[in-house]
Amino acid sequence: MNINATLIGQTIAFIVFVWFCMKFVWPPIINAIEERQKKIADGLNAGERAQKDLEKAQQEIAEQLKEAKQQAAEIIEQSKKRGAKIVEEETQRGHEEREKIVAAGHEEVAAERNRVREELRKQVAVLAVSGAQKIIEREIDKDAHSDIVEKLVAEL
Amino acid sequence: MISGEQTPTQYIQHHLQNWTVGEGFWAVNVDTIFWSVLLGVLFLWSFRRVAKKSSAGVPGKWQCFVEMIVEFVDNSVKESFHGKDKLIAPLALTIFVWIFLMNLMDLIPVDWLPTAAMYGGYWLGFVDDPHDVYMKVVPTTDLNTTFALSLSVFALIIIYSIKYKGVKGFAKEMTFTPFNHWALIPVNFVLESITLLAKPASLALRLFGNLYAGELIFILIAMIGFWQLPAHFAWAVFHILVITLQAFIFMMLTIVYLSMASSEH
Repeated sequence: MNINATLIGQTIAFIVFVWFCMKFVWPPIINAIEERQKKIADGLNAGERAQKDLEKAQQEIAEQLKEAKQQAAEIIEQSKKRGAKIVEEETQRGHEEREKIVAAGHEEVAAERNRVREELRKQVAVLAVSGAQKIIEREIDKDAHSDIVEKLVAEL
Repeated sequence: MISGEQTPTQYIQHHLQNWTVGEGFWAVNVDTIFWSVLLGVLFLWSFRRVAKKSSAGVPGKWQCFVEMIVEFVDNSVKESFHGKDKLIAPLALTIFVWIFLMNLMDLIPVDWLPTAAMYGGYWLGFVDDPHDVYMKVVPTTDLNTTFALSLSVFALIIIYSIKYKGVKGFAKEMTFTPFNHWALIPVNFVLESITLLAKPASLALRLFGNLYAGELIFILIAMIGFWQLPAHFAWAVFHILVITLQAFIFMMLTIVYLSMASSEH
């Protein structure tokens, strides 16, 4: 337990150890630690930034979606309106067409009627004349009374 | 374990005796030097392995452990020592880990290594009687080690004082504090000298005292027969605290002393 030359030896050992530690051990380790700390800090920052970006993007997406929905609704509304209009127009046109056709039919029918009536009239005249002839054959001369018969026919 | 016809006194004395080569002041405690250098080399080798491979990437388990210690020391230094200095942090690391490892030798059951050395020495033919072999495996229970550390720190205190305050500043501090009057210069000088010298003395004696006492209790426990097993365990568990604490205190006080030396009052 005496103080002796061991003291000197231990001092030298200590100095050498400290020197070695200062030169070869401490700097690389502390550098690595600090570098890693910086890396982690950067990573955390980046993560935070990404989170913010994501939130912003999500907000944007929500906005755009809303807008798109609104536009879609507008488009649907417009097309509905237009469809209704087209239906109305078509209905209108159909009505007009029908009326036209009906009118044409009427006219045709009227023309036909007139024609038939004319023919009937002629036939009735012929019948009347032939009837009258038959009557008159018994009583009067055909030639002498033809003017009267004509007048009759015209009156039919 | 008391072997043969040893008395308890002889047993204790045998355990507290260094393996000394040489005479007088120039004697050398070979066991102290051997174990301390072995542990110091172990410390530097294992840390150097990490340092060589260290990168900012994902660390391995050993690297994590080493970095934990390094960061702990670095934080302690940054808290107490303001300003830039390349020496203090590695110095603190070396002190902390080296003292811790040397103290840790205390936890090895007191008879193992000495007995191994005794019979090893006997069989190898270094000695005629195994009892002539002395082996103290805890270097910090040798005053030479603790004073080697504390006197190195003391030298650094003086170097830092002169480096940061200049010779004049240092001399002024030694003579004009705590009483700032020319007539009290001798009183101041005595007071300041005591303060200054108390630093290495207290550093060395605190560490030595704690570890020596702990070692002595381990030796006493080793003599009580079968019940030494639980007693040894209990004291070892408690001693882990002492081991770590003493290493930490030595490191912390070194940092504080050097930070005091390098800053104006």
